[in-house]
Amino acid sequence: MDKRVTFGGWTLPYLLLLPQVAVTAVFFFWPAAQAIYQSAFIPDPFGLKALFVGFGNFSFLLTDPFYLASFKTTAVFSGLVTIVSMALALWLAIMADRIIKGSGAYRTLLIWPYAVAPAVAGVLWLFMFSPNVGLVSWYLGVLGYDWNHVLNPNEAMGLVVVASSWSRISYNFLFFLAGLQAIPKSVIEAAAIDGAHFWRRFWTIVFPLLSPVTFFLLVVNVVYAFFETFGVIHTITSGGPQQATTILVYKVYSDGFVGQDLGSSAAQSVILLLVVGALTVIQFRYIERRVHY
Amino acid sequence: MATISLKSVRKSFARTEVIHGVDIDIEDREFIVIVGPSGCGKSTLLRMVAGLETVTSGDVHIDGKRVNDMEPMDRNIAMVFQNYALYPHMSVFDNMAYGLKIARTPKPEIEERVRATAKLLELEPFLARKPRQLSGGQRQRVAMGRAIVRRPAVFLFDEPLSNLDAKLRVQMRLEIKALQRQLGVTSLYVTHDQVEAMTLADRMIVMNAGEADQVGTPMEVYKDPRTAFVAGFIGSPPMNFLPATTFAPGGGNDGLLKGLTANPAAAGNNRPTIGIRPEHLRLCDGADGRLSGTLQYSEILGAESLIHLVLGDGVMLTVRQSGNAAVPEVGEKCHVTFDDADVCFFDSDGKRIAG
Repeated sequence: MDKRVTFGGWTLPYLLLLPQVAVTAVFFFWPAAQAIYQSAFIPDPFGLKALFVGFGNFSFLLTDPFYLASFKTTAVFSGLVTIVSMALALWLAIMADRIIKGSGAYRTLLIWPYAVAPAVAGVLWLFMFSPNVGLVSWYLGVLGYDWNHVLNPNEAMGLVVVASSWSRISYNFLFFLAGLQAIPKSVIEAAAIDGAHFWRRFWTIVFPLLSPVTFFLLVVNVVYAFFETFGVIHTITSGGPQQATTILVYKVYSDGFVGQDLGSSAAQSVILLLVVGALTVIQFRYIERRVHY
Repeated sequence: MATISLKSVRKSFARTEVIHGVDIDIEDREFIVIVGPSGCGKSTLLRMVAGLETVTSGDVHIDGKRVNDMEPMDRNIAMVFQNYALYPHMSVFDNMAYGLKIARTPKPEIEERVRATAKLLELEPFLARKPRQLSGGQRQRVAMGRAIVRRPAVFLFDEPLSNLDAKLRVQMRLEIKALQRQLGVTSLYVTHDQVEAMTLADRMIVMNAGEADQVGTPMEVYKDPRTAFVAGFIGSPPMNFLPATTFAPGGGNDGLLKGLTANPAAAGNNRPTIGIRPEHLRLCDGADGRLSGTLQYSEILGAESLIHLVLGDGVMLTVRQSGNAAVPEVGEKCHVTFDDADVCFFDSDGKRIAG
């Protein structure tokens, strides 16, 4: 049976809820309502008057090749970030789980990058790969490869993917390691006695038992790649070259605050809102229904 | 199908030695039970035979081959774990077929062997179910089935019945014994339950703090314990121990022992202990009594009664008698007698000495 705390009156519970409600209202509901309202107008650049266009901003966006390209860029970017960061984190977690000596030091080191802010991580990678002063790009030059992510769209995409994944590996690593340690040791031993060697055991026993963690991370990482990588992209490529790394969130910023097209920017925010909503629904559904063995 | 031999097997974790040299030769088809209290190293010993723990020194041979450096999968063994260790995401069928699939057994043969094993264990209706949909007893059977289906040379059991309720435990105990006889597979079985050990074992190894105190058939161990530890561990209620101060040859005072012919103290053993089993003690009249004390409490179990006396010097003594015999009241003065032949003597280190 659940233990329930019963309050005497109604004032205290509402008072306790108030801070959370206030924060959500001021930082989510109000701006979201503003965005929905503004998405129906085209304001002039100085904000003096606004022309009502109904769904005009949306219908323009959905036929705009640049916006559709940005959708594709976002899909590629978030797909790559999710796969790279999760695969590396899982591999590191498996290795850290096997280590007996000095495992504490390894774990601490692997968790550190999580403390680095995305923008700082972006600058860090930018300095290493900068075509003018970067150490890595200089060595690549020595090896005969002319690295220039300022001009080459694929290199730019590669660099923002690597930088974004790098700061995400720690988070995924923590969850995978906890998941691995939650698997009963005797099950692994039973599989060993049944004749399965390490990787066979991994694919037939460990990975299936890890699936709730993997699914949770999949959703959380996609959301991360969609929304929290702004700092990395802004510092490294600013969405370039030729919009090759302009993901949806970055386009909201550049159209709205750089291009001063506030109506379109608001409409894009609304579309993103729907995408987040859908992802959150999926996430909660499956977290609620976590597989119990 | 296989013999097992352990030759001065030792195990250390870091600098702590937990098993101090165990020797035993197990014959083909023999059922060996390793019994001892928690922390005595019995599971560690089993895990070394399984290959789940490294052997610090000494040799483990299975079927004449030295297996110290072999992986568990190369030893041709099967193990049943205390928590069953079933694969939670696989059906009962897949749980049993897992080892066969890895061994690349042809599909029709896997099907046939799993079905035959399921029939043997009455698991046929549950083959499609997941472990979480089964009761404790059924899970236990699946764990057994997973071991049997592979037809290994050796079965290893690590307290397989401890998670079951008392009634089911008795039933499964009989089934395990019958199955082992039927299949004729050499078995090594770890338990802390001396009743399980007595009923299952062809021979048992009584472990105490990392040493094998005694190896022998259940009756040998019971009748002729080598150490005070074995005497106290095997048998329920345990053997009574009377310290040296309790008996003085020819003495007759309250709480003192009368008329013991042998006297190990005279043979140069200082502070010997006398051991005598509860069923070898009888209540009697004051005149015949060799020990006397006050009845502190009694346990009437139906078929038998246990009478707990406190002797004059504070030592507790348990008498076991038939349920038909009269039980005195609490606080009553009781007199006890026994035959000299039923007495064991132990020296101050707990080793058995001739009386």
